[in-house]
Amino acid sequence: MNDEKKDIEKDFEPKIVGFLCNWCSYAGADLAGTSRIQYPPNIRIIRVMCSGSVDSMYILRALLEGADGVFVGGCHPGDCHYIDGNYKARRRMVLLQNILATLGLEKERVWIRWISASEGQKFADTMKEMTEAIKKLGPNPISKKWNI
Amino acid sequence: MVKKTNNIGAVAVVGGGIAGVQSALDLADMGFKVYLLEKSPTIGGVMAQLDKTFPTNDCSMCILSPKLVDCSRHPNIELLTMTEISKIEGKPGNFTVKATQKPRYIDIEKCTSCGDCASVCPIKLPNEFEFGLSIRKAAYKPFPQAIPNAYVIDKEGDGKHRGCVECGKCVKECKAGAINHDEKPKNIKLSVGAIIIATGSTPFDPIIKPEFGYKKYPNVLTSIEFERVLSASGPFEGKIIRPSDKKPPKKIAWIHCVGSRDKQVGNEYCSAMCCMYTAKEAVIAKEHDSNIEPTVFYIDIRSFGKDFDKYIDRAKEEHGLHYVRSRISEIVEDPKTKDLIIRYEDDKDQLKEDRFNLVVLSVGLCITQARRNEIAEKLGFNVNDFGFVETNPRDPIVIKPGIFVAGSFVEPQAIPESVMQASAAAANAAALLKDARGTLVKEKKYPAERDVTQEKPRIGVFICHCGINIGGILNIDEIVKYTKNLDDVVYADANLYTCSEDTQKKIAEVIKKHNLNRLVVAACTPRTHEPLFKNSLREAGLNPHLFEMANIREQCSWVHSDKPGLATDKAKKLIEMTVAKTRLLQPICESQIPVTQKALVIGGGIAGMTSALSLANQGYEIALVEKEPFLGGYLKKISFTVDGIDVKKTLEETVEKVEKNPLIKVFTSSVLNSLNGYVGSYEAEIKTAKGIEKFNHGVTLVAIGAEEYTPNSYYYGKDLRVSTQSELEKKLSDLLPGQIHDGEVFVMIQCVESRDEKRPYCSRICCMQALKNALKIKEINPYAEVFILYRDLMTYGFLEKYYKQAREKGVMFLQYDADNKPVVHNNHSLIVKVFDPMLSQNLELPADHIILSTGLNPGNSTEHISKMLKVPVNSDGFFLEAHVKLRPVDFSTRGVFFAGNCHMPKFINESIYQAQAAAARAATILAQPSLSAEPNTAFVDEDLCSGCRLCISICPYKAIESVDEVKNGKKITHAKVNEALCMGCGTCVSACPSGAMQQKGFKDKQILAMIASVGGSE
Repeated sequence: MNDEKKDIEKDFEPKIVGFLCNWCSYAGADLAGTSRIQYPPNIRIIRVMCSGSVDSMYILRALLEGADGVFVGGCHPGDCHYIDGNYKARRRMVLLQNILATLGLEKERVWIRWISASEGQKFADTMKEMTEAIKKLGPNPISKKWNI
Repeated sequence: MVKKTNNIGAVAVVGGGIAGVQSALDLADMGFKVYLLEKSPTIGGVMAQLDKTFPTNDCSMCILSPKLVDCSRHPNIELLTMTEISKIEGKPGNFTVKATQKPRYIDIEKCTSCGDCASVCPIKLPNEFEFGLSIRKAAYKPFPQAIPNAYVIDKEGDGKHRGCVECGKCVKECKAGAINHDEKPKNIKLSVGAIIIATGSTPFDPIIKPEFGYKKYPNVLTSIEFERVLSASGPFEGKIIRPSDKKPPKKIAWIHCVGSRDKQVGNEYCSAMCCMYTAKEAVIAKEHDSNIEPTVFYIDIRSFGKDFDKYIDRAKEEHGLHYVRSRISEIVEDPKTKDLIIRYEDDKDQLKEDRFNLVVLSVGLCITQARRNEIAEKLGFNVNDFGFVETNPRDPIVIKPGIFVAGSFVEPQAIPESVMQASAAAANAAALLKDARGTLVKEKKYPAERDVTQEKPRIGVFICHCGINIGGILNIDEIVKYTKNLDDVVYADANLYTCSEDTQKKIAEVIKKHNLNRLVVAACTPRTHEPLFKNSLREAGLNPHLFEMANIREQCSWVHSDKPGLATDKAKKLIEMTVAKTRLLQPICESQIPVTQKALVIGGGIAGMTSALSLANQGYEIALVEKEPFLGGYLKKISFTVDGIDVKKTLEETVEKVEKNPLIKVFTSSVLNSLNGYVGSYEAEIKTAKGIEKFNHGVTLVAIGAEEYTPNSYYYGKDLRVSTQSELEKKLSDLLPGQIHDGEVFVMIQCVESRDEKRPYCSRICCMQALKNALKIKEINPYAEVFILYRDLMTYGFLEKYYKQAREKGVMFLQYDADNKPVVHNNHSLIVKVFDPMLSQNLELPADHIILSTGLNPGNSTEHISKMLKVPVNSDGFFLEAHVKLRPVDFSTRGVFFAGNCHMPKFINESIYQAQAAAARAATILAQPSLSAEPNTAFVDEDLCSGCRLCISICPYKAIESVDEVKNGKKITHAKVNEALCMGCGTCVSACPSGAMQQKGFKDKQILAMIASVGGSE
């Protein structure tokens, strides 16, 4: 790694947009709060009713608007409040991650994870992990071009 | 209109566990005033302490907490915590309940649950919610989701440790001024029409079984303590560590039946749920830490419930649970390592020992003497030998006229049974008080809503300090300044506590003064406080959906307290995003669905008849459809029961009551031809012998039963000496003493073609059928010989006593394994060969009769009804409930309910209370003249819709249909959302390729506006 890249990584604070389902992941994020578990302040959370309602367009738009990563959180398989919305989200995310390459984006910029309402610790750990991973990837290349 | 009645339209529910909570919610929804009395500072009961629930591994608190919040918000429920009942006077319809409320020393109305009092409180006590595995302060909240959401001051301590010393630090620290150390106990007198007792039972304390070493050895825990160890919010934050050295244990042993099925401690009953929670705890532990090697020491595995066998199989196969059939003689500690050595007798009577790092005692439930004195004796209830309250199996939840029971106060049982009984108790109370329904309930009146659709957005933003919870970390002044500069924000200011009563008044004033038409509160999570603020909007004459919250506490200040600068930046951004969405909010008119106050009941067995009677007794009109020429269902085949119910008389009386009830229209020899519509407004076509009859109704109940399985093995159908249990039962009921001769041999084989690959479920009732017939044979001739070849004897709860009775009467029990099934040789005489593990050899039993226990299959119309009603079945073909634990009689489709054997095989008393429960749940809908639809429903822009039908296939609730229409002379096809069925998940929105489908409150442009505002510099 050259020095310049190291510097970027050091100063770079990634912007992450998170779509969290109302019933599990959003509640899990709340529990991280109630339990006062610390994690990096890089995520901007948008509450949706179900991970199944997260349109691929939302994720692409977030990346085009300059987000360095997008996080989708849903209920564990079998626990979806709306029967099987999380399965639909998973299918959609797999397809979307494949499309990202054609945009010149790493598929690791888009994460989907199952976090239940009781997993405050897991939410915080996931945020730490994702922030670190996106830092390693560096700034979203699309957003840079956007700024020209 | 004031109805004339002497009955009081209020009910006292005693006990705030899951049973009491369910009774309270059902009754409140049916239009009764409810007083919910709870001894401790919070409702929630034991379920709040569980980590996960079997067999779905759902997080217990996550499914319970919304019910607790509903209780606290329901206008018809008055919570009385720290309150103990002392006396009941009066008669059904008009009781006086006397109770005492201990002081909380903290005003629930003023407390904001910020925790400042606890942080300065110098007194530390063992935390009873965590069973002493952690400590708490004297000023404390039992658990984060406690309801009421308020702190409490403990002045009593726990005997060993003193409580509050009144140092006054909390009084100074509390900015809300909620603390009053001079509060005194209060005497409470309630006038109610009915009472529901749901005080539950207590986990067995194994201290009286010294051989287990509980409290002597630190690494011996009870199963309920281990629930807390597993819990992510528990004392070890979900890390599996053992108490002695806080190191992860590798070998963990669970010991079944501690304090259950135990003559020595007087608990000769089975606690019914321990087998399953043990498997669950072992599976979850293994999920937390894959190095764990779990071993379970057991007598029988009583997996008698729905999908329980599959769970046990998975536990063994996928999670490597090692099951050892055994009896424990003692546990001793290795003082050096603090490991535990279990000495036991295995199923071959061999003495063995094994070493473990941690031992969990699977304790059952009991009624302690203290609890007996507190409730049953004080209130004059009859109890059985074990201290549980006694009821009649025909009326399983009635203690006395007007006093009902639910939950484990009546028998040890799992959550779904408690929930069913709770709803059933509500149905009974509602039937008793039907004239008084709606007389004591509150209906809130709001001013007319102002039309803001033509106005330019004028947004007000309230930013909350939340004491020091937000204000102590974030720079609120900076945030207010930033917010004031955002577009369309005409007002922004900070408050100490935005949720306090006085701020609600301020919100209304500010809305008026600044002519606001949209509101943002930047504070805590919308999941708890949104309804409060929405209510404030309604009171100020604004549509409640013109409101959003920015979560700057749980998702900002509390999780970034180490980086105040960055946290402040994040909070600004979160508010900016929320304002961006709020700008685009539109009023949502919660559409009202009118309710036809009648019900259709499909199936005329005991469950269907009980449901119909329960609803008719509550005043609703019923159509009861039965395909056979006579009512009665499976009950017609039952000749006698073990608990002495006169089945014939019960059946005759029930049929007579149904047929004579003017509100019930019975259609025999009839089937449901079609069913159209949705909750509140169904139209059924019933095909009768005379032709088609139409029936409009609001809710549908399914009780279509099950059928005895006809076996294909063991010479059944080929040799008349081989029969099923119900065939034997019929024969036995006609026999006279002396018609069975001495030494006549009956061999009963359990689990025939059941609990195998083809039918992988336990039918719950067959072990008792076998015991019932065995006892009858012994009654006819004590010198007849009866052998029962079984795998696990499913005599759960108090049924255990019949197992004991049968053993005492000389019935022989031989246990066999699934992979070593008994074999029958038929060479003129019948010989049953079975491997006896105790003797390690094959036994040959010459038999005069062989009786096969085959269990039940789903009824043959299940598939037809499932398709017509669009309701699901499980892999075994029984109807699938909306939620195994908390919605055990509801389908996930709103307005459709079920009861009886079509759900899973069950006993008569269980069918009766389940049927009453279904009636209660149905009545919560029928009691409303109209229903509010889910506000965040989807809707279609018909001009954009291409009619591709993608949304129709993806909708989990079948709420979307395709409509053909002629518009401007052109024929078009477009999707249409049925708002009554839509649950508002938004899945269709993301599936729609043309953007025609949108979700109210979560429109694409609103979400995109939030996304757009993330960009830019911070």
